[in-house]
Amino acid sequence: MYSRAYKTVIAAPPLLWVCLFLLLPYALMLAHSFWIVRDGFLVHNWNLQNYRALFTNPLYVQVFLRTARIAASVTLCSMLLGYPLAYYLSFHAGPRKEVLYQLVIVPLWVSYLVRGYAWKTILGSDGVLNGLLQYLHITREPVSFFLYSPFAVVLMLTHIYTPFVFLPIYAALEHIPRPLIEASQDLGADRRATFLRVILPLSIPGLLSGATFAFVLSVGDFLAPLLVGGPSATMLANIVQSLFGAAYDWPLGAAISVSIVLITISVLFLTERLEKRWSFR
Amino acid sequence: MSGGAISPDHATLGDALLEIRSVAKNFGAACVLKNISLQIAAGEFLTLLGESGSGKTTLLRLIAGFEQPTSGEIWIGNERLDSLPPYKRRVNTVFQNYALFPHLSVRENVAYGPRVKSAPKAEIAARVEEVLRMVKMNSFADARPGTLSGGQQQRIALARALINRPRLLLLDEPLSALDANLRKQMQSELKALQREIGIAFLFVTHDQDEAMALSDRIALLRGGSLEQVASPRDIYSRPATAYTAEFIGQTNLLRGEINNGVVRCGRLQWKTSEANGPALFSVRPEAIHLAGSEDDATGVVRFRGTIRQQIYSGASELLEIDCGENQSLRARIPASGPLTGAHEFVFSTRDAVRVTESSDAHELGRKDHEPQ
Repeated sequence: MYSRAYKTVIAAPPLLWVCLFLLLPYALMLAHSFWIVRDGFLVHNWNLQNYRALFTNPLYVQVFLRTARIAASVTLCSMLLGYPLAYYLSFHAGPRKEVLYQLVIVPLWVSYLVRGYAWKTILGSDGVLNGLLQYLHITREPVSFFLYSPFAVVLMLTHIYTPFVFLPIYAALEHIPRPLIEASQDLGADRRATFLRVILPLSIPGLLSGATFAFVLSVGDFLAPLLVGGPSATMLANIVQSLFGAAYDWPLGAAISVSIVLITISVLFLTERLEKRWSFR
Repeated sequence: MSGGAISPDHATLGDALLEIRSVAKNFGAACVLKNISLQIAAGEFLTLLGESGSGKTTLLRLIAGFEQPTSGEIWIGNERLDSLPPYKRRVNTVFQNYALFPHLSVRENVAYGPRVKSAPKAEIAARVEEVLRMVKMNSFADARPGTLSGGQQQRIALARALINRPRLLLLDEPLSALDANLRKQMQSELKALQREIGIAFLFVTHDQDEAMALSDRIALLRGGSLEQVASPRDIYSRPATAYTAEFIGQTNLLRGEINNGVVRCGRLQWKTSEANGPALFSVRPEAIHLAGSEDDATGVVRFRGTIRQQIYSGASELLEIDCGENQSLRARIPASGPLTGAHEFVFSTRDAVRVTESSDAHELGRKDHEPQ
């Protein structure tokens, strides 16, 4: 047993850290979201006006929906890429497994910002992709819609979050005892039936946590729309940034931030319930 | 045939259900099975017995289809089995650690086979009930496998295999994870069940007692070759090789020389009609008795030895007898109180079974190791 004093000494720094840099800012943000700005001054006048604006102002509603759409697309795309990749690595890669696994992980070591700029270079009008298309005489002039579109944002975020989706799925697949697959075949199920009845159900917890990663991180993403999105792909975090900056409307920015936090918490809550339902060990 | 002699006690070709023809299996450079030929009769309980690494599980996996033979063929009836994928073979397996699906209930686990073959729902339900009753688990139909004990999971694994009405059931050390008492109980239930449903069982174990208790025939594997295939009684009373004699039960191996109709093993000697040359004999400890006055008959080997150790085990006791000239024998006699000093012992020459040497290509260093 450890003494009380020892426990306090050990627990104090992290507690202090969390309170000072996490809970306090959250509390401030929550408080701000109920205040308003009048004539360039913050007025501590408690009301729900900011939240009302979120649901009534078509601009915000549009950005909300777009953010949800982009996050959902990223989630779907990275699942469609990550699952087959994880499946292949876990079941069919054989001795190449370790090397391929490292190759999937390597991009995570590269700065997020660098990867964003890389996409800008690839998709831009004098970028790599347009250069290639013109060199191959597929197009005569640079194609401009690659960059500065929701498509570019989805592409970049999918690229960034696919490893995050891959990892939990891979872990789930690796944890499936191989005799279960043999048992399934032994009982008359071919590859397809074995996948649908054994492998897929047992990998759902991994799939869910991967999807949660991709969705939650995409919903709050700020850099991708800024770098490759352009005005047509503005997302919630960009609005928040401008409200806290040039637009100087902290309360409204806080209200949007609180909404993002609420969305995130509800998604986490939901997927955790689902994951519990689908885990058996 | 490499390795030891194989007893002629095969099932006759006419009623062979499964036929393994000259099957060999290599994993890379390692040769795990060498030229195995074996037949299983319909309704037979055949045990593949061997130490770990003897190839018994590999042979089972070849039949189930999880491995492909390097050479040779496997036939079931008129159907060649080794070219079919596992899900097309009419054999089913009970796996060592049961391999029950954790996300399915007991009922869904058992129904898995008929369901993937799209049997009618009502029929599946009836069959599930039937096999669950057979293994006395119908009250657990809605439980998840994770909540069941080892023995219960074992029964479910059995039910899940039997519901497919296989012609041959493969069992891969199914009882090895159970504790001793439960194991004995499951052995007798398994045997009773096999008699009742009449499906041929191919049972893999490393436990010779289990093999003796359950089997119609035992196929003893050693280093990837069949050492001997025979009924438990035959394999015990007429072991073909020194390895078999030592692996199944306890024995005394007597090394000697035949010279002009007389066997000489150390101080022991008896008459024989066999040709001259070196010879090896197995004499079971229980074949050796304390000599009485009535033991003067011919066909009996009589010798004098000093009792070095006496190990009491209830109904019987094991004596270690020093016969001089560095020769010692073990005798199992009915419990008869403490014995010391020199005594006369006898055994019948019929109980001295000539076996072939086991110092062949296996090189397992088995000779120094005494089986329990």
